[in-house]
Formats: sequence, structure tokens, C-alpha cells
Amino acid sequence: MCTYATSKASMTGSAKGPGGAWFAVTDATVYFDHPVHAMAEHTLNIDFAAPARGPSARVAVELTAESARALISAIESALAAAPVALTT
Amino acid sequence: MPHALTARTVRISGDNDDQIEAYLAHPEEPGLRGGVVVVHHMPGYDRATKEITRRFAELGYDAVMPNLHYRDAPDAAPDDAAAVSRANGGVPDARLLGDVAGAAAFLRSLSTSNGKAAVIGYCSGGRQSVLAACNLDLDAAVDCYGAFVVGTPPEGFPLQVGNLVDQLPNLRCPLLGLFGNEDSYPSPEQVDELEQILRDNGKSYEFHRYDDAGHAFFAVDRPAYRVAAANDGWEQIARFCATHLGG
Repeated sequence: MCTYATSKASMTGSAKGPGGAWFAVTDATVYFDHPVHAMAEHTLNIDFAAPARGPSARVAVELTAESARALISAIESALAAAPVALTT
Repeated sequence: MPHALTARTVRISGDNDDQIEAYLAHPEEPGLRGGVVVVHHMPGYDRATKEITRRFAELGYDAVMPNLHYRDAPDAAPDDAAAVSRANGGVPDARLLGDVAGAAAFLRSLSTSNGKAAVIGYCSGGRQSVLAACNLDLDAAVDCYGAFVVGTPPEGFPLQVGNLVDQLPNLRCPLLGLFGNEDSYPSPEQVDELEQILRDNGKSYEFHRYDDAGHAFFAVDRPAYRVAAANDGWEQIARFCATHLGG
């Protein structure tokens, strides 16, 4: 199915994009839909993007639902392991 | 069946007379023939849908696929343009209608046109094909597993498109529907609902439903591909087009 459902978040950070160049990420778009490349019928897709730099300023990931949940858990663990003063 | 084909990028007048990119494929042979507007899926104006467009030329039609994401990201890679389109909220229905109308007019303007034009769409394009058939002067339409032609989105589902239930009484041409029985959107029950609405309104339609097939069973580059359903589906499409486009 095409879910059409899209969640967006503003970002402050960087990503390594096309041509191996780093760029400042300003937006993340998150959706569960057909992947372009991953061998799964549906994946959790994240576009880390900088729209002001054009459509190609994008790092795309396509993760199975299980992988996406594992990523969430890993992010939470990493944040929890850091001193609170550094993550608030 | 034509012996030679040509395929290339062209510019056509879309909604609001915007000049947009499109992919044209046609037989080399002279003679009058029908045209097919191919509506790509949400992942964009991609290689797989260009292959589909060329297949219509191989079947003997002039075929054109407008790049529905062109305005969002001119000349970007199809996957990047699709990402921008999604971030912008998707393709608005009004703009889709203008682009399909422009594509059909383009086909009818070709020296090879017999004046007939059909529309076919896949996935989100299936819904858009039905939308076009309810609003535009077309001779036939094909809906390949379009989600949300009917049906209510799940609770909490942040949809940006509505269903077409209120427009279906205005369907202006015969509709061929191809669906997988393992699909959830549209589910077999939603296909039943669509069929009931068309029947109640006296519309010309023909549905084929395939076991062991879910969503996107025509997609040869995805795990969803189901050869038996896709092969039969293409046969149904060829026959339907021959009937309604003057073959």
C-alpha cells in the first residue's frame, strides 16, 4: 500500500551525502511505505535532508520494521548512557 | 505488433499550462492508433514505470508518462524528487487532473492519434487513474490496486488524500480493475465496495482479482512481484485497450 502518512521533524545536525560531502541536515521525513531499494515490501523510510540545498541533499535509509525498532532502542540506549547534562 | 519503437523525454503542457517533463514511447510505424497515459506510483517517475510505458508502445499504442513530481524537483533523480513530493504533502488532486488532461491532449495531438486515449495507474496512481476517469474526457481507465478509491483510513491515520466515493457516480468511461487478494489497501472488502458502487450506478467495469498476490504485483523490481498475476493482468490490459482504443 501507499500509506501517504508522513511524519516530519526539524533537525540540527549533519549527514554525509552525495559525493561523500557532509552537509547540515535541517529536516527529517519519516514514513512507512514501499522502499526504492530494500528487498522488503514495506519499510520504515527516513530522509535526512536539507531542502534549501536542493533535492539531492538527502541521505535516505530504508529499514524493515524490526530494524527500525532496533534502531530506536539503540538510540535510546546511547542517549541514556550519556550524562544527562550533555543530552538536555 | 510494432517492429521498432522510439522512447524519449518530451515536454508537455500540464496543469495550469506548466511545461512539465514526460516520457513518451511510441511505435515507429505510421498509422492511426490510440494513446495511453501512464500514471506512475508514489516512488516516482522511475525506470520500472518507464519500462511499463515502453510496453504500451510495444502493444501498439502511443504512451506518455507525465512526471508528476517535476515541479517539486525539476531534473532531480526520481527517488529524490519523490522524497521532495512526499515532504511537500504529495501530488494535489487538482494538479494531477491538469497533468493527465495535458498528457491526454498531447497524445491526441500526435499525427498518429485515432482520437482515443486511456489512463492507467499503479498504486497511488491507481486511485489517480480513477480520479481522472471521473473528471476527464477519456475512453478507458485502468486501476491497478489503487488504495483509498473507497474505504475509510484507519483511525489516527494522517492521510492527505480522501477517497473517491462521492465522485464515482461521475465515472465517464469503462474501468478495468486489477487487484491482489492479499492486499490490505485496497482490501478485498474494499474492492467489493467499489464494485457495488459501480454496479449500483450502472457503470461499465471489469475486475480481476488474483490469489497469491498482494499490493504492487506488477512491480518486477520488488519482492511483491507475482509472475502469474502480472502475466494475466497484462493480458487483460492488452485486451481491454484493444476493445476501447480501437486496437
